[in-house]
Amino acid sequence: MRFDVVYENFDYFLWGAFPEGPLGGLAMTVILAAVSIFMAFWVGLAFGLMRNSKKFWLRYPAMAYIELVRGTPLLLLIFWFYFLAPVILGYSVPELQTTVVALVVFTGAYIAEIVRAGIMALPGGQMEAARGTGLSHFQAMRYVILPQSLRNMIPSFVNQFVSLTKDTSLASTIGVLELTRCAEQVSNRTLNAPMEIYVTILVMYFVICYCLTSYSRRLEKQLSRYQARDR
Amino acid sequence: MNYQFDWQLVLSGEYSQWLVDGVIVTLKISAVSLLFSMLLGTIVAVMRMTKFKPLEWLGLAYTEFFRNTPLLVQIYFWYFGSSQVLPDVVNKWLYARDFEFAAGVISLTVYTSAFIAEEIRSGIFSIPKNQLEASRAVGLSFVQAYRYVILPQAFRIIIPPLISQALNLIKNSSLVMVIGVMDIFYMAKQIESYSFHGFEAFTVATLIYLSISLVVSLCINLYDKHFLRQISY
Repeated sequence: MRFDVVYENFDYFLWGAFPEGPLGGLAMTVILAAVSIFMAFWVGLAFGLMRNSKKFWLRYPAMAYIELVRGTPLLLLIFWFYFLAPVILGYSVPELQTTVVALVVFTGAYIAEIVRAGIMALPGGQMEAARGTGLSHFQAMRYVILPQSLRNMIPSFVNQFVSLTKDTSLASTIGVLELTRCAEQVSNRTLNAPMEIYVTILVMYFVICYCLTSYSRRLEKQLSRYQARDR
Repeated sequence: MNYQFDWQLVLSGEYSQWLVDGVIVTLKISAVSLLFSMLLGTIVAVMRMTKFKPLEWLGLAYTEFFRNTPLLVQIYFWYFGSSQVLPDVVNKWLYARDFEFAAGVISLTVYTSAFIAEEIRSGIFSIPKNQLEASRAVGLSFVQAYRYVILPQAFRIIIPPLISQALNLIKNSSLVMVIGVMDIFYMAKQIESYSFHGFEAFTVATLIYLSISLVVSLCINLYDKHFLRQISY
């Protein structure tokens, strides 16, 4: 066992070459995940509402988007953006931006399904009652349906955040300097301790994701008390 | 945008043969991993249901660890790291064969089985507890009760989530190209670097993944409609 290699490069795993060079490592992983989930939330909310709409010209594009993205592997999506962007835009986009766009598009489709399911899980009476008091469809959504259903969706969002954090590791394949890429570099440089390095990386991912998973489990228990139900 | 599309290039001749080979490898690695991960997943799920604490904790640790770590890093771990721990004889034996494929199967199996174990466990939980009590009272042993009463019922309920796990497995299998397993995605990349016609190759690869997943989700919907409603307590 040569854990001294890991020990020597530990700060490289945590934030790359940060003060002297570009930010990387675990810090980059966390930033990538946080930025992507924030943007994917809005994309997912928009498409989830579109998917639930009665108007076919809103519903079908959303369905197409969701089915298309959920049917393709993320790695393929990342490579699509990686090859497509230079051809369409005429100049090459930095890997970091490409990754964020791919992650947002990918996670947005999954969040759209969460939003749809969350809205469908509310009793139909909520919408009818809100419309009955004179709110428009949009107002009813904004003030009655979404506040209730979004609260119920929080555990699913946290779970999505966990899988997004895991998915950021794919960014290493196009050269973004996040945790996995840093590990690869150190492993290629030192050559004698791949197992120790990858075990360390696995544990680092595990610590973050496990904290989030257990948090979402606790939330689920707490929030289930406030749910509106059909009687 | 000045890109000359050349579908003929990808859809005939040598490159199309590459794509077909890639599809076969993707299906093969998915099928083998699915089989193993069903077995392993069932074992882990039953381990977690036992009353024997060390086994229960082992099962819990297994599912939590492999569910909460990225598949890509697991692939790297098994591919680059495992040879350090394994004895030389095993290493020689593995390197003489298709080591990339084996590492891919191991990582996909371990990753997917953690998810499948959770599905199976929730399926077992949804069977009323008195089923187990009743079958124990009839004189079946614990293993027999699971084998003949609980698992057959539980599996019927969890077929839809299991199928979607299988679908995830097929999509995840694209990751094994990072260690050089020549699946459909690897071949698409290969075509792109040989002929600079990445668009066509990636389109074909995407359509293949997409048609697999659409067919599978259609099957799940049919199953939901026709079979699931017959199950009632």
